[in-house]
Formats: sequence, structure tokens, C-alpha cells
Amino acid sequence: MDALMNFGTGIFGGAWPAVWTLIKIVLIVAPMMLGVAYLTYFERKVIGYMQVRIGPNRVGPWGLIQPIADGLKLLMKEIIVPSGANKGIFIIAPMLAIAPALAAWAVVPFTDSLVLANIDASLLYIMAITSMGVYGIILSGWASNSKYAFLGAMRSAAQMVSYEISMGFSLICVLMVSNSLNLVEIVNVQNQGRFAGWGLSFLSWNWLPLFPMFLVYLISGVAETNRAPFDVAEGESEIVAGFHVEYSGMAFAVFFLAEYANMILVSALTSIMFLGGWLSPVSFLPDGILWLFAKMSAILFLFLWFRATFPRYRYDQLMRLGWKVFVPICLIWLVVVGVWMMSPLNIWK
Amino acid sequence: MDFQTAVFYFLSAILVFASLRVITARNPVHAALHLILAFFTCGGIWALLQAEFLAIAIILVYVGAVMVLFLFVVMMLDINIDRIREGFWNYLPLGALLGLLMVMEMGLVLGSKYFQVPAAEAMVPAGVSNTKAIGALMFSDYVYPFELASLILLVGMIAAIVLTYRGPKKSKYTNPNQQVFVKAKDRVRVLQMPVEKD
Repeated sequence: MDALMNFGTGIFGGAWPAVWTLIKIVLIVAPMMLGVAYLTYFERKVIGYMQVRIGPNRVGPWGLIQPIADGLKLLMKEIIVPSGANKGIFIIAPMLAIAPALAAWAVVPFTDSLVLANIDASLLYIMAITSMGVYGIILSGWASNSKYAFLGAMRSAAQMVSYEISMGFSLICVLMVSNSLNLVEIVNVQNQGRFAGWGLSFLSWNWLPLFPMFLVYLISGVAETNRAPFDVAEGESEIVAGFHVEYSGMAFAVFFLAEYANMILVSALTSIMFLGGWLSPVSFLPDGILWLFAKMSAILFLFLWFRATFPRYRYDQLMRLGWKVFVPICLIWLVVVGVWMMSPLNIWK
Repeated sequence: MDFQTAVFYFLSAILVFASLRVITARNPVHAALHLILAFFTCGGIWALLQAEFLAIAIILVYVGAVMVLFLFVVMMLDINIDRIREGFWNYLPLGALLGLLMVMEMGLVLGSKYFQVPAAEAMVPAGVSNTKAIGALMFSDYVYPFELASLILLVGMIAAIVLTYRGPKKSKYTNPNQQVFVKAKDRVRVLQMPVEKD
């Protein structure tokens, strides 16, 4: 590592830290884009098998090159800008959708030392950056100058804004018990406690004492990414494909990438906040980045499983779940955790 | 010029440009978008001043929540731009007065060094993060003003709901609460029919 640093300083001089950061960004974003591509393959395969079909199996062995072929196809297609569209905003909107999904990874820790920017307020940063993802959707709907797109954008924006509240509340519970806004610290705190002392650290992770918040966060995460069963933005019978109905080619693909990148982000955050991140579930196995990937894959599988099995929510049912069920649960659990922490039964000292 | 100063001037240029576009853009949606850009850049400048909590808070609150709703409303309104421009000269004296007042206030704050007012230096001991220091102050020295402000916000929220509530709906609508708790045996009756024999 030192040799690499010296080599870099020799070539780039004072600009080396900036170049090194750029290299690290590429090292995070490139595998994630590959992950996104293969998540689509995985989704089609999983849903295929759940519906007693085979799924993609023509391009390459077991259909493994299918995502590459899809990507190439989208890349070759023409981007059509509708005649009444607001051209500048129409082009910017997909970028605004994917930028927050990528920018949030700057503070996501993979292990306690492997993190791009280990800042104090990383949880706040995540909340701030992910709350900006809604702009891509609203603006694409408005700029398309199409009623379907506009209605779809209104629906999914209202949905994202509502579920952000319950997501924020569940994160407040996490930061209360962790006594920190730093994601690395939040994971390290989960490695302490009575069960961790017995070698069963998976019982010390936040999911058990904060179980209602874990469920609220996971379900809100599904709603936040506009995935089934909360995919009201998309309704073939009412509003066609929702906010991206006027997009084609790569502009459409960028929305697609943003949705899947957000799924991966939510699964990573759930693993870090509630499932102990890179910590191993039992003390005789070493901690490591593989545990984080295993937990993320399990949650991503849940996302696909939801999509294959649950019937869709109607729009009013969706709003009721967000405002009348999750927000009260969060408020009550916030008080419960506060009282718990002040009582002699406090387990987070 | 060191790097920090260069970044400051870069952000300030964007901020001034975006703020100008907010009041000059013809399309209200463009104006709202430039306001978002202004808030975001403002957050950048605060981060440069090492006030990372405030920087993230302005992005979380203004960019992430307030402006989304603002944009919602602006998009839904059917705005006739010519009619908005009509009252320009009538409103100009009042607007100019307000603008002058704001310039004066800003001058007083920024000119404190020039007028030899000892400015209160933010004293944060080393090793304590900015976020923690703000939290500690907010809930110890300034707890009553803080609670009062949150109370006023709560009253504002309830007032907004009361003002827009138009009484119970007369139309027929489904109640999801009841729908969710429906059991199959409430709706379906399984009958046992004796087999008919000739």
C-alpha cells in the first residue's frame, strides 16, 4: 500500500489525494453498476422460478450475458424527446435520479476501515442525500409534458415523501441506541452487549431490540424504491409506465439503474443499521466484508420475493399504511426506546 | 489564492447566479429549481466553513422536504405569467423598502468587525464534533427557546390542517381500515346441501 502511495505521489505530485479518491470512487461505482446489471438478471430468474418458468436462458450459458445484451440494446436506441417537452429538464431528470443513489455510497462503510469518507454525521448525510432522489422523478414527470407521466410522478413523489418520514423515525431510534451518527460507530456498538459476550452477537444486533423499527425500515425501504407491492407509480391499466413513460433508450435505462441502485443502497443500509453490517453472527467466525454482502443479498432476495408473491397495494391503502400505521408505531417506539434507555434495564451502556 | 478560497468563490458565483435566476426566470418551475440550487450551494458554503451539521440540515430540510412540496404546488398551479407581471410597478415601492431593510440588517451583522463590535467567537473544544456541540447547547442553555419554537411549529401544523379541513366527506368511499380486517367468514358462507336423489 505504501509503495502504491509513493508511486502515485511520484507521478501526480500534489494532485495524488484527489486522484486516489477518484480511483476509490471508481472501485465502488463500477462493481455496483455490475451488481445492478446482474440484479436484473437475478430478479428475472428468481421470479421465473417462483412462477414455474425458466427465465432468461438464451444469451450465454444459463442466460448469464443477458444483462449485457439488454444494456447494449438500450445504448443503441434513440433517445426521443417529446415535442412539447421542456428539453433541458427532460435531459437532467434521469441524472438527478441516479446521482443521489450513487452519492450516498460515499459514506457507506464496507468494513470498519474500508469506507470512502468516514465522517461524523454520515447518517445525516445519507438521510439528506437520499431525500433528494425524489427530484428526478418529479421533474421527469413534469418535463415530459404528458398526463400519464405527470400523474405517475405525483403518485410516486407523494409516496416517497410519506415513507421518508417513517424511515427517518426508525433511523432516529437507531441513532438513539447507538449514541452516534457515524455508520462505523453504529455497527461497532452492535457488537457489544450480553449476547455478544456469550458469542452470539447476532442477538445483540439492532434488529432484536428495535424489531418494530426494523420492520418499518425494511417495508418503507421497499416503498421508497417504488418496488412491488408499492409500485403504484407504474400501472399498465391506468397510467402506463408512470413517470418514465416518455423516456427511451439510455435515458430510460438510467431511471432503471437508479431504481436498482437504490435497492442495493437500501439493502446495504438495512444491513448496517439493523443487521450488524460486516460483523459475523457468531464469535468463532471472523468478521469481514463477505458478511455484509451476504446480508445485502438476503435482503435483495426479499425484495424480489415480495415482488413475485404479494398483490399490489391500492393507492389509498398505501397512504394509510404510511401515515396511519407506520408513523404512530414509530412515535410510540421512539418513546418506548427513550424510557428504556433511561430505566435501569438499559442494555446499551 | 489557495484552494479553499477558490472553492468559496466558485460556490458563491453559483449562489449569486442561482439567486438572480430565482427572481428573473419567467417559468415559475425554473425559478423553484434555481432556488433549490441556491439552497444546495448554500449548504456547500456552510460545509466549507466547517459547519457540517448546518450544511446537511439545510439540504435535508429545505432541499429534501420543503422545496419538494413547493415544486409540487408550483407545478400544479396554472400560472399566467403576464398577469403576474401586471402588478410589478404597484408592488415595487413596498418590495424596495423590504429589500433595503434586509440589506441594512445584513450590513449590521457583517459589519460588526468594522464597527469594532467584539463578535462572539464559536468556541468548540478540540475533539468535540460540531454536531455534538450544537446538540448540547440546544438542549441545555437554549432548551426553552428551542421547545417554544417546536411548540409554535406544532401549532402551525395543526392550524394548517384545521384551515384546510372541509368537514366530513359526504360521498361514498371505502374505508381501508375495515377492508384490512375483513375475514373470509364474514363474507363467504359455505352451505351444506344434501345431495338430491331422484
